[in-house]
Amino acid sequence: MELDRFSYDNKVVKAFIIATVVFGLVGMLVGLTAAIQLFYPIFNFDTPYTTFGRIRPLHTNAIIFAFVGNAMFAGIYYSLQRLLKARMFSDTLSWIHFWGWQFIILAAAISLPLGMTTSKEYAELEWPIDIAITIIWVVFGWNMIGTIIKRRERHMYVAIWFYIATFITVAVLHLVNSYEIPVNLFKSYSGYAGVQDALVQWWYGHNAVAFFLTTPYLGMMYYFLPKAANRPVYSYKLSIIHFWSLIFIYIWAGPHHLLYTSLPDWAQSLGVVFSIMLIAPSWGGMLNGLMTLRGAWDRVREEPVLKFMVVAVTAYGMATLEGPLLSLKSVNAIAHFTDWIVAHVHVGGLGWNGFLIFGILYWMVPRMWDTRLYSTRLANIHFWLGTLGILFYALPMYVSGVVQSLMWKEFNAEGFLVYKNFLETTVQILPLHMLRAVGGALYLSGAIIMTYNLIRTAKAGIFIANEPAEAPPLTKLYKTPASGGWHYRLLEHKPVLFTVLSLVAILIGGVIEMVPTFLIKSNIPTISSVTPYSPLELHGRDIYIREGCVNCHTQMVRPFRSETERYGEYSKAGEYVYDHPFLWGSKRTGPDLQRLSGKYSNAWHYNHLLAPDAVSTGSIMPPYPWLFEQSIDKDQTAPKITALRRVGVPYELNYESVANDVLEVQANEIVANLKVDGIEVMPETEIVALIAYLQRLGKDIKGKKTEEIKSH
Amino acid sequence: MYKEILQGIENIAVWPMISFVIFFLFFLCLLWYVFTVDKKFIDEMKQLPLRDSETANIKTIMP
Repeated sequence: MELDRFSYDNKVVKAFIIATVVFGLVGMLVGLTAAIQLFYPIFNFDTPYTTFGRIRPLHTNAIIFAFVGNAMFAGIYYSLQRLLKARMFSDTLSWIHFWGWQFIILAAAISLPLGMTTSKEYAELEWPIDIAITIIWVVFGWNMIGTIIKRRERHMYVAIWFYIATFITVAVLHLVNSYEIPVNLFKSYSGYAGVQDALVQWWYGHNAVAFFLTTPYLGMMYYFLPKAANRPVYSYKLSIIHFWSLIFIYIWAGPHHLLYTSLPDWAQSLGVVFSIMLIAPSWGGMLNGLMTLRGAWDRVREEPVLKFMVVAVTAYGMATLEGPLLSLKSVNAIAHFTDWIVAHVHVGGLGWNGFLIFGILYWMVPRMWDTRLYSTRLANIHFWLGTLGILFYALPMYVSGVVQSLMWKEFNAEGFLVYKNFLETTVQILPLHMLRAVGGALYLSGAIIMTYNLIRTAKAGIFIANEPAEAPPLTKLYKTPASGGWHYRLLEHKPVLFTVLSLVAILIGGVIEMVPTFLIKSNIPTISSVTPYSPLELHGRDIYIREGCVNCHTQMVRPFRSETERYGEYSKAGEYVYDHPFLWGSKRTGPDLQRLSGKYSNAWHYNHLLAPDAVSTGSIMPPYPWLFEQSIDKDQTAPKITALRRVGVPYELNYESVANDVLEVQANEIVANLKVDGIEVMPETEIVALIAYLQRLGKDIKGKKTEEIKSH
Repeated sequence: MYKEILQGIENIAVWPMISFVIFFLFFLCLLWYVFTVDKKFIDEMKQLPLRDSETANIKTIMP
């Protein structure tokens, strides 16, 4: 048979590799800055654009979408072409994908420091960027499916299944979670409220980890690990089971992010059960990876690529055992809202994603430039710096998490909280935060050494932009071999059907998890005293969102005595019915704010936001001086109310026309109250709106008996 | 909007059961498949990543 001559496109892979390295360094540097801000608040630099609340989402987005995202595309574009013996479907689509994705990253890097955020974790980007992501993601999928269809290799290797699952699931997650109503070009409100918003968000958040940080990387593990070890995967049968059980089960486990919250109990239990089940496929995958090196462990000692991959797969195993354990309610009661979770995600991020990326880069670059790695010694130094970095990062954070949690929960013999002042528990863990920053710095310095090593490698070689290859074309008269069995005939042979069935697999879990919460009224009992936010409070809430307060403060009092003693009545689902978006938070760097109303005077809040350290000595909260200079935009009051009414908040008809009058009355009350304490402030200043919102938190059910709250 | 669409679904309670049955049956079939599938086919699939540079490339670029 005549062979087709063609070439593999290395140029777009090269572009994605450069983007990976550049954004990796930037993302880690931003992360290091955020880490330092937590013990030296001066590094917030007293500007709006560089405070922790805005820097932290910049770090997570840069690492997830820019560093891990670009590396994923580099790895997929490299391996997909070779596994299918075909060039990418369309060079134009490849480049639209590349530049489109970089444009999205640029838009994120500008909009997040400016405070344009939806506040939903890992989905902070505002609606125009969400639309751009959708378009570019479709381009990526189109290019990939197109390549699969015009392939010259009949069989679809398991790595490609993982890529397909990544494409369809991320598409579904993004579309569902980004349902939002625009107020203007830079601001939107989530279409879901309170408990439902939380459920959708953590279904998204959990599965973003699953299908953005895990499945594409498992696919890459199944390709690059055998390549680097020069031996086939340990068990291909295990990889088939790994794939199907992973995508079936992962999608159900989202509610484990919401244990002990106001989420209905049945949904929490569902999340726990499926999280425990997840250990099986995750460890199946890990063992499959490690066992591939059976008989080649001597090479691991010498080959940095394999070293990185071994640690990566081990970190995957650690994180995927820890995840299910954290989803046990008793463990979660201790770990949730603490640094333990930060340690957990960084074992995954630094260990699994980071190290797999480094291993793959060290493997791909010399081959694409037709040369040898510039320095194995430097790669080994990178390996040790990175490994030490992970340890110095994770261990202090584990200790910090447990210490803080135990302090939160400690009662004395008289039955009072020992550390009634939250700040005591914050100050206690600062040395551990410093150690964590050392870990981050070590890891970053390793990445800088890698960058130098890769640049020298590329300089020493000649880049092969189009790598020539040849393979026989597929013939139409092909008969599927009986040896492949039904799975092959039905699925692997038919990529489009395969895609549809994977979609069905992930939709089942998603639908079961969410539909009942949306439908059955008893899941979210309403409370008659809970009313929509006043116009001024609404402005204040949007400032709270803009400044990223949710990154450090929760609004979710869990039903533990240690929490009801500290904060007040535990949170009810019905309290959040007008919260678009929900602001429960996932981390308590500062105390919970759900019951803040009336706890402090207006003057206290005024002084505290101007200089937190002067009011609470030792506080690590940054000051917010610009809130005292900037004014709220009253022209936005009406569009905000209209948008919220569209998503179901029952503002009366034509409320827009009187809203600013209502706003001024409330603002003047606060101004008058502040004047009593000798503070002069203009009513339209942002601080007035923020104080109005903070004094509203929990007000609706304050002083009411539990029976009253439950009776509706 | 989504609420109106979803509220039209009847007997929602049976959904979890159906999905569990689908998953469980699929999983059983999968197990049955991997235990019975021809070993030669599996070996062939295993070799795919290693074969790409040996048979398809004109120029091997291994250092």
